[in-house]
Amino acid sequence: MTSLHTALILATAFLIVFAEATFGGVRRLFGAQVELLPSLMIYTGLSTGLPTIALLAICGGLWLDALSANPLGVTILPLFVVGLVVQRYRGLILRDQRFAQMIIGGCASGAVPLMTLIVLLNTHRQPLVGWISIWQWVLMILAGGLMTPVWFRLFGWLTDKFMYRSLGETSFRPDREIKRGRD
Amino acid sequence: MLRRPHYIALGIVVVVTVAILKLPSRTAARVKLAVSALYLPLFGASDSTQKAVEKAGNTVLPKKELTAQIDQLQRENQQLRLRAAQLEGLAHENARFRSLLQLPKLVDWNLKPARVVARDPANWWRTVRIDRGSRDGVVTNAPVLNLDGLVGRVSEVGFTHSQVVLVGDPNCRVSVLVEETREHGIIEPTTSTPLDSTIVEVGYLSRNAKLAPGQRVITSSYGGIFPKGIVVGHIVDYHSVDFGLYTQARIKLSVNMNALEEVFVKLP
Repeated sequence: MTSLHTALILATAFLIVFAEATFGGVRRLFGAQVELLPSLMIYTGLSTGLPTIALLAICGGLWLDALSANPLGVTILPLFVVGLVVQRYRGLILRDQRFAQMIIGGCASGAVPLMTLIVLLNTHRQPLVGWISIWQWVLMILAGGLMTPVWFRLFGWLTDKFMYRSLGETSFRPDREIKRGRD
Repeated sequence: MLRRPHYIALGIVVVVTVAILKLPSRTAARVKLAVSALYLPLFGASDSTQKAVEKAGNTVLPKKELTAQIDQLQRENQQLRLRAAQLEGLAHENARFRSLLQLPKLVDWNLKPARVVARDPANWWRTVRIDRGSRDGVVTNAPVLNLDGLVGRVSEVGFTHSQVVLVGDPNCRVSVLVEETREHGIIEPTTSTPLDSTIVEVGYLSRNAKLAPGQRVITSSYGGIFPKGIVVGHIVDYHSVDFGLYTQARIKLSVNMNALEEVFVKLP
């Protein structure tokens, strides 16, 4: 994968965090904000290498924490762990199947907030957690599950438009050419 | 199991995370402000777009509607002028009595209007970002209010933007008093009312407190951050806690925190 692919993923993460901070439609409708970085991390884990995963975890985590009351850095490790696990076992995941993308995206969107909460509680903060958090968690899982196939389609389209596609090898070999006629 | 490159990457990220988490609080706040400053062009663009849309909406309003609005505003203006004149008289009288009783003079509030530009993307905090910062004279812990009542306090100040922690967040404890009974208490966040962020709890009210639903709750100035008399909300219900040692009341905030658009920051 090219550096342009990494840049596109980081730019998307930047915009996702901005949209989460400024767009309050989901919060007003359902009483909770959705978190889309984990689903983007699933795409990244299934399509790119470790450097991109680490970059997305660090940059995405820092951007999210900077616009939030979270202590700086709490989101980095949960995002990276999800990306790392998915990248390690991506040979076992049917990454082209939309259903598999949704399931794994939903699982990641549920796991990241839980791990973030554990890190947060270890920094002696008192986040606002209660019964309502279960509803917020379910909503995050659903939104993450629904958004994961969207990232695959979006980046598939972007890759088609902006990147060179490598040529496949042909079966033609000059030394095996059958020459006809008399010489 | 993970392979060697995975362990190396994990090690690097763990070191980076721990290093960032262990930064001194002042440095961490500065880094946070520097990182959030990356979003300033987007906030600016979003604000300009919003204003352009409002302007475009105003240009297509029919003349009849505009005339009706002007009539209504003129009526309101007259009523408010009358009310202001009455209040001015009362203020003079109040000042005279205060000087007779040798009480300190009341200082006028210096309020700075601000727009809410972003909300906390995390669900476990209640904070917003406003488009005023240290360049406008905003300082940490400055009270934030709107026409309905108390909104919160400034928690972090950048050059052009600040973070406001809202009433109901665990990091915004407010000392309040029930206006009728003069009972003192402290606002605590509640998570017992799902999907309703306008309900908070007031703890540490005395067990003999004579409370009733509908009583107004205002700031008491005991914390030293909020001036006395800002409306916080109204009592919904109350019950005894800690084996009857204290009373705890649920109050409905007078400000709808989900629909915040414009606020005022009280400057020192």
